[in-house]
Amino acid sequence: MLRNDELREVAEKELQFRDDKDQCIFVCNAASCQSNQGLQVIEALEQSVKDHDLQERVCVKGAGCLGLCAEGPLVLIKPGDTMYQQVAPGDAEEIVSRLSEAPVDRLICDTDAPFFTNQTKIVLENSGRIDPERIEDYLAADGYEALETAVTQMSPGEVIDEISDSGLRGRGGAGYPTGLKWSTVSIAEDDQKFVVCNGDEGDPGAFMDRSILESDPHRVLEGMAIAGCAVGADKGYLYVRAEYPLAIDRLRTAIKRARRYNLLGNSILGTPFNFHIEIRLGAGAFVCGEETALLASIEGRQGRPRPRPPYPAEYGLWGHPTLINNVETFANVAPIIRNGSGWYSEIGTEDSKGTKVFAMAGSVKNTGLIEVPMGITLREIIFDIGKGLPEGSSFKAVQTGGPSGGCVPEQYLDMPVDYESLKEAGSIMGSGGMIVLDESSDMVDVAKFFVEFCKSESCGKCIPCRVGTAQMYDLLDKITEDNATQADLDLLGDLCDVVQNTSLCGLGQTAPQPVISTLEYFREEYTAHLQDGNGKVNLDQLEDK
Amino acid sequence: MQHVDVKQPTPPTDDNRWKLLHGKMRKHGIGRSSLIETLHDVQDIFGYLDEDALQFVAGTLHVPLSRVYGVATFYHFFNLRPQGEHTCVICTGTACHIKGAEQLIDRVSELADVEPGETSEDGKVSLVTARCIGACGIAPAGVFDGEVVGKLDAEKIDANIRRWLNAEE
Repeated sequence: MLRNDELREVAEKELQFRDDKDQCIFVCNAASCQSNQGLQVIEALEQSVKDHDLQERVCVKGAGCLGLCAEGPLVLIKPGDTMYQQVAPGDAEEIVSRLSEAPVDRLICDTDAPFFTNQTKIVLENSGRIDPERIEDYLAADGYEALETAVTQMSPGEVIDEISDSGLRGRGGAGYPTGLKWSTVSIAEDDQKFVVCNGDEGDPGAFMDRSILESDPHRVLEGMAIAGCAVGADKGYLYVRAEYPLAIDRLRTAIKRARRYNLLGNSILGTPFNFHIEIRLGAGAFVCGEETALLASIEGRQGRPRPRPPYPAEYGLWGHPTLINNVETFANVAPIIRNGSGWYSEIGTEDSKGTKVFAMAGSVKNTGLIEVPMGITLREIIFDIGKGLPEGSSFKAVQTGGPSGGCVPEQYLDMPVDYESLKEAGSIMGSGGMIVLDESSDMVDVAKFFVEFCKSESCGKCIPCRVGTAQMYDLLDKITEDNATQADLDLLGDLCDVVQNTSLCGLGQTAPQPVISTLEYFREEYTAHLQDGNGKVNLDQLEDK
Repeated sequence: MQHVDVKQPTPPTDDNRWKLLHGKMRKHGIGRSSLIETLHDVQDIFGYLDEDALQFVAGTLHVPLSRVYGVATFYHFFNLRPQGEHTCVICTGTACHIKGAEQLIDRVSELADVEPGETSEDGKVSLVTARCIGACGIAPAGVFDGEVVGKLDAEKIDANIRRWLNAEE
């Protein structure tokens, strides 16, 4: 069994190992960069280090996501923080031979650009800077220090207070206060309680959770263990999409290592606290992101939601009180315990504290993963961090929240990004997908795309969602095929209202959102498709605009 | 844990992979909550879930066959038919959709003579459409036999599909 002081020894040994080296080369090894020959780049760099006989002085590490997917594979050299972009295996020789000289200019990635300087990294602080497959790397970055504090120096109530005071809200999209959820589970009376991590990131256009799990898996495990200690659970399930094989592999490795170091398992760090984590694989059903459907899936059943209340906090897995939080929420826990709630609540706005990770994609130059403080404006995100749209295209809208969210038009670009403001603008924070649309995007088609998604992902349990989304799709299809009339458009509006207000779970309740928001801001694109009294479509209206 | 004394079904064939499967099932624990994990294992080992496999899983886990079938068909990830020699997944997530995923699907469809969601008649290529593979930063993206390829265009599709079609000829 490992004691706390021995744990620090491991961390110090790792730091010493790095001090002994002149340089450490980190290569982004997350899914996007892997698809751009990231692994071959690592091999080539290792070979070059060998060729130059530098093994004693230089180490090469595969690391997690460095964020700027558009320019991958990325390579970071420490100390000095020189970053290279679009590195090919053929560049390895040049990079290694010039390690002690001026950097290779043609590959330099400007880390003084707003993409890097305007971000605030809490959840992603280790991302790209540690080897996700080595627990020693995480320990050296103060990993598991928060768990140690929580189990040896704090009472469960103090842990929950700390989380409540930090103002952390659920990062899965709904924004429920995390501390309140924890305290509900902690006061529920039962001998058996569970902690569940929702990693069923099914929204198209979102890859935050995948990157966190691939880049820093121990952070999520630590957050879950602290939650277990706070609410009195000894068992956790991490539900992750089967479509993310790399994340699954790394989580499996991480759990094994954490158990070996006695950071998971029985008598954690010599205390009476036991906590075991098991991975459960999703199987491609978007509805399983809904918490009651997710629980059904963990129990080995079809992922169909049930009415709430009772909420999982009182009646969850196999009827026991269950705490469910999203991957990013758990990833925030350790830094809050480590640095204190006061530090965390300084960041962000009045009602939305901390940072949010966004997956930025679509018609924007810097696609990739970013973490920004709450309250930043959409304009700063898209035009400073994202560097704007590619030459020749102009901004039309930004889609947030995936199939449950909406399209935010230009007039809201200076609105601060927080839970409430986005809702006011007709969208939602969502889990963090952010797709920039340019003038070539047909907004009716975008709405149809999401409705098709919800129609096909509807579990079929309740009629408004099962039938309503199908009818909405048919109407949208009629509109895009230029066969619709004003009456069809009115019917579509009414249907949105019915589906939104009468569906059983979040999937159906939010499915009309993309239609509602595009109807509000881009109605002329709908009406342009409509037939007039003579059965003619007047698309010219649009061009006149 | 309560000991349940129920007769275990015998594997449908003497294929060694059934033993491998049974070993994995024991690791998850024989119980109804392991159903989805078990179906993942079957698909890993055999490539798809056929009736024999569903019967075997139902018998071993003591779950009605109807429920096994219900779960296997509820989740998109499970294949009930054998897949082709090669699998091409085209992502149709939002970022890929607005960057022309439809045209890419048509291209694969035409080249390999296969409809989305189907396997070509010669059994060479399966064309799968995915909801989102989480590679939005390099959209449009696809997966060719497990390898993610970003910033897809007709040229990259042609190169990959032709490589498959021309192999072993």
